[in-house]
Amino acid sequence: MMDPCERCEELMQDFLDRTLTDVEWREAETHLAGCEYCSRRYRFEESLRKYVRTSAIERMPPELMAKLDELRGLDATA
Amino acid sequence: MSEPETETEARRIATQARDRARFEEEALSLADQVYRVARRLVGSREEAEDLVQETYARAFRSWSSYTAGTNMRAWLLRILTNLNVDRGRKIQRTPQTQPLEESDYYLANKMASAAGEDVLESDDVVERLSQDSVVKALSEIPPQFRDVVVLVDIGDFTYADAAQILDIPIGTVMSRLHRGRRALKQHLAEETLA
Repeated sequence: MMDPCERCEELMQDFLDRTLTDVEWREAETHLAGCEYCSRRYRFEESLRKYVRTSAIERMPPELMAKLDELRGLDATA
Repeated sequence: MSEPETETEARRIATQARDRARFEEEALSLADQVYRVARRLVGSREEAEDLVQETYARAFRSWSSYTAGTNMRAWLLRILTNLNVDRGRKIQRTPQTQPLEESDYYLANKMASAAGEDVLESDDVVERLSQDSVVKALSEIPPQFRDVVVLVDIGDFTYADAAQILDIPIGTVMSRLHRGRRALKQHLAEETLA
């Protein structure tokens, strides 16, 4: 049988994406409830995802919006 | 043309102009979200700006092929990702690199062994990674995998939307997403803890 922590690791991405089946979900939850090692890693992953998102988002330069606005009415044949 | 026919024609033209203006309005309101995805799909700000402009030029020309009521953000991103593949990817047509397969706990394990298991408990542990290193690590994910990570994790698209945008099956979206995220964590571990 597979090591339970390895199995829990395998379920992590789908757990956080909420795409596990009910059976898998219960399996992960049961393991997490008793395993500090895995629950720390799940929490880490969750905050990492948020941090990646915040770090990666760059606002659009305002000049670009003006340029896009000028494209209105472009002719299909042009 | 008889009088009523001219009137019908005039009405048709007016309706079309109104629909088109609405379309353009909605598309422009999504520009910031389109840019945020574009910016992480390409290497520089200039490239992202060009890509977004090309996308809007094409979208405005072919506005009549958009079905009202469907997901316009996904429709715009589909144009954008196709344009991106057409332009950039031709230049760097190196064989698709496969990300190395490190485990999902890889980065957490590395950080824990560098600073002790307890460090993973603190809320700010991820902030030990600089924002620049996150951006750099994202850019180092092989393109095929990066596209999916950017669409889902930064663009907030569902698996189904990402599948439609990239014209690949949902199963492929999931496997590329999982592998792309693992590659991201591996790059972060290498950069931060080297």
